[in-house]
Amino acid sequence: MSNKPVPRVRVPANAKKDELIEIKTLISHEMESGQRRDSAGKVIPRRIINTFTAEFDGKTVFEATWHPAISANPYQSFFYKAVKSGEFTFKWKDDDGSVYESKAKIQVA
Amino acid sequence: MTFPDALSRRDAIVLAALSAAATAIGPRLAHADAAAVEAEIKKLYADKKLGSGRVKIDVPQIAENGLVVPINVEVESPMTEQDFVKAVHVYADGNPLPGVVSFAFTPACGKAAASSRMRLAQTQNIIAVAEMSDGSLFTSKVEVKVTIGGCGG
Repeated sequence: MSNKPVPRVRVPANAKKDELIEIKTLISHEMESGQRRDSAGKVIPRRIINTFTAEFDGKTVFEATWHPAISANPYQSFFYKAVKSGEFTFKWKDDDGSVYESKAKIQVA
Repeated sequence: MTFPDALSRRDAIVLAALSAAATAIGPRLAHADAAAVEAEIKKLYADKKLGSGRVKIDVPQIAENGLVVPINVEVESPMTEQDFVKAVHVYADGNPLPGVVSFAFTPACGKAAASSRMRLAQTQNIIAVAEMSDGSLFTSKVEVKVTIGGCGG
């Protein structure tokens, strides 16, 4: 991997109470499947982001476990029922142990 | 070099071509199948009964590029503390590995739906299994036709 993965997250800044919001996330990552071979015929070792976690005020609300079948630059969207104002923390766990993080605040009226 | 008749000569050429192709792409031909998907489901839920319905898999009927195939899974559920969808597992029966993605939902989600993008090596079935908070299981299956496979590179 040449560049550090860059997460991008779309969370509405404001929501009405009990409104169902869709959260969309994207992170740049090659998601090397471990199925490919290089020109010498050697298997290129697997290196993917294996887990995506969304927390709201420290509590996990959604999690996705990704397998090598997930495309490069993985996209993930899910829903959240806006109950109160607070902050989301999104975490992407890499096979190499790195964790990439992004935060987003939401104001609920 | 002579051949007794035209047929055997053609056979010889076809055989040679086939075996060459097999050695060249042999490792890539190792794909999961329906049995591998079943084995994965059994690993999680043993022989529990799988109900049908409630799980909706949204994928394109025809995927032109197997490298990026959008998938959305939605499960019918009120998503309350008493009755919600705990997990959804997505499998592909024609990829090198059967697993695609697993979602873990909580009642805070409000709606049991999530989208990802996946790689598909060839035309195959996508299978989703949803686990409800009461332990019941539901499953659904849909076929995706893949024009250009997204396996290897």
